[in-house]
Amino acid sequence: MMPRVLIGVLAAALGALLVWTMLGLPAPSGRLPALVAARMGESGVTHDVTAVLLNFRGYDTLLEIGVLLLAVLGVLAVRLAAADTGGTLPPPPGALLRAFTNLVVPLMVLVAGYLLWAGAHRPGGAFQAGAVLAAAGVLLRLSGRLPALLPPRFWLRAGLLLGFAVFLGVALGMTVIGGALLEYPEPRAGAWITLIETALTISIGLILISLFVGAPAPGGARGETDA
Amino acid sequence: MSAGLIYAVTGAALFSLGLYGLIVHAHLVRKILAFNIMGSGTFLVLVGLAQRADNMDPVPHALVLTGIVVAVSATAFALILARRLYAASGRCALPGEEER
Repeated sequence: MMPRVLIGVLAAALGALLVWTMLGLPAPSGRLPALVAARMGESGVTHDVTAVLLNFRGYDTLLEIGVLLLAVLGVLAVRLAAADTGGTLPPPPGALLRAFTNLVVPLMVLVAGYLLWAGAHRPGGAFQAGAVLAAAGVLLRLSGRLPALLPPRFWLRAGLLLGFAVFLGVALGMTVIGGALLEYPEPRAGAWITLIETALTISIGLILISLFVGAPAPGGARGETDA
Repeated sequence: MSAGLIYAVTGAALFSLGLYGLIVHAHLVRKILAFNIMGSGTFLVLVGLAQRADNMDPVPHALVLTGIVVAVSATAFALILARRLYAASGRCALPGEEER
């Protein structure tokens, strides 16, 4: 194996090459921002990043929720059998964590709803809202109260699928009624985007929580000693 | 040097730091961490280069937003695989690489 010094020098050289390339880049042509700005009126929303995510490049977002779904399927498939049966829950939380969770989780749900709504005209949107929901779920899990709140297995799986299914359904439905894939009927584009984003928020929150809960508890594989 | 370019240069530095860590460390959790640092560097490059001009380019920002979520889920999957490997073999490194 190569000595560390050599690897370090090579990595540093690659970094220097990258920096040198970036310094030599021509000034941005400005064509894409201008195109986005010119078509904002048709997108159904007024925030440019949301318009790109859900409308102009909706393909990326559709595939992204697909990747999330694949990751959670992989996690559910290969996790250890005794992952989350209730016996591996952390010890009962202290009074402080319990009170804090009571205080913060409703607020986080509220913030998630606000972020979802705000995405149409300012930074925010489904992914941020889903991440906040997932953080609330992680907090509940750490305080040992999540399993009681999770829906039955079938509905949980359905919730994981919801975002991808709604997005794909809307995209394919457009082709059936004569539009292009991932195109929205113009006067209602904003409403369709809101519908998709709501489904995405629920699914992203549930998927991220499942990724966290799917991990085996710390007691399962004990004593990783090496550094 | 504009602020955007400073972010991009920082991103390139993070990328090569992460690459070094990825090669040097045998422990899988360290490899996953290093790979995430490389990813963060890439995101910084994209976001930094997107705002060199006066009007910010929203397309790379949307790509980075997508990339972050994909990176998080892929990291979770990688961690589960590492845990599974540890449970199965008792080691947390790929065959042929000794843990240090």
